[in-house]
Amino acid sequence: MRRITLWLMSTISALVLLFSYPTSTNSTTAASGADDSVEAAVTPNATTTPEATATPDGAATTDGSATSDATPSDATASDATPSDGSTSATDQSTPSDAGSTSDSATGTFAGDSVMTRWGAVQVQLTVKDGQITKSEVIQIPWDNPRDQQINSYAVPILNKEVVTSQTASIDMVSGATVTSVGYIQSLQSAIDQAHLA
Amino acid sequence: MSRADTAPLPIHRGQPLLRRRAFVEHLMGMPISLHVKAIDVHRDDIEAAARNAFAMLDRVNDIFSLWRDDSELARLQAGDVLAGECHPWQGEVMELALEAEEATEGRFSAWFGERAAYDPTGLVKGWAVDKAADFLRVVPGISFCLSAGGDLVVGAGPHLPGGAPAWLIGIQDPYAADGYAATVEVARGAVATSGSAARGAHVIDPRTGSPISRPGSATVVGPDLVWADIWATAAYVDPAGLADLLPRRAPSYHLSLL
Repeated sequence: MRRITLWLMSTISALVLLFSYPTSTNSTTAASGADDSVEAAVTPNATTTPEATATPDGAATTDGSATSDATPSDATASDATPSDGSTSATDQSTPSDAGSTSDSATGTFAGDSVMTRWGAVQVQLTVKDGQITKSEVIQIPWDNPRDQQINSYAVPILNKEVVTSQTASIDMVSGATVTSVGYIQSLQSAIDQAHLA
Repeated sequence: MSRADTAPLPIHRGQPLLRRRAFVEHLMGMPISLHVKAIDVHRDDIEAAARNAFAMLDRVNDIFSLWRDDSELARLQAGDVLAGECHPWQGEVMELALEAEEATEGRFSAWFGERAAYDPTGLVKGWAVDKAADFLRVVPGISFCLSAGGDLVVGAGPHLPGGAPAWLIGIQDPYAADGYAATVEVARGAVATSGSAARGAHVIDPRTGSPISRPGSATVVGPDLVWADIWATAAYVDPAGLADLLPRRAPSYHLSLL
């Protein structure tokens, strides 16, 4: 129990650390488009690989996958201080909706909103049966026009479900360089075919 | 063969309905896909701009290709031509290469082995596509996306009814070539991805001289392709270093590591 709480809290802290960088400076940063939607995930493979939350400064602490015998957390996060304790966000993190009736750790955990140099950042994790199934930024800096301008370039959405739902409407493809030889099998080739006059 | 004067203006949800047309050519050993959105995608000026953009890339290839020994750069390397006799683009690219090395603190370099060999191939593509896109940026009433093998520029000309539309760019999953790992909407800007997926290990760590063979990819979104591409390459070489460096050196460019 304590172990998964520790792990969750440290993961949240790692995510918050991530967001103490300017937006979208690393793998797991994502935000919404020009509208104010905040459907933005931060871990592309969150369902299976906690390691995906590694931060640039190595602050992510994943001590292995959460075990399914973890019980629901009724404990507050205050007694679960991650060992690295490297951010104030850490000890403010509280499970906001851990009241699941499941036998395994399930629920939505939101870190407190944390002020960074660039504005308020808040991260929310959805956990089911001890596994993170979704991680979202639920508050990102949008305070001034400059942020918005910067964020307008900064919005890769890494949420697997969102990406899957968008696949049919993808306009163009960015990827490691496609050669002319490999083109015919490429995703871009299929899109091109649909629009060649 | 402009049909704009005969066709009624199509309206869709209060916005003019933009049609879409693709042009594909193979230049520099890679597919170049140009997609244009406009009310009338068959306008002569759009076709002329597309031809100019492709011709520009072809010319860049003549000058900079190191896959052929008669390019100006190959002859410059071989000492068959002097720098002063070269196309002004050589100087422009070399200056950019120096700037890139400085900005990335050595994680991107056009020089290998104690500056013995100069090979700016890693930035020529992005630089060239930015330049080619200028031919499209001046065409009124269009939005376009110009992609060179997976690195792309999105832009719009003036007087586009409804403003520049966002293009939904799918970022290829580096672990599954037939799928997407992320998406990003861009109305004006560039997306570059660096990784080993398509070509095998072709990115060299300038700090060690060895090819990078790790899996995954680095995508950078920002205003200009040349810098998005430089930063993406540097980030593939040193992901942790770039996550720290990029926001300080180029806050309008944003990195996603996959």
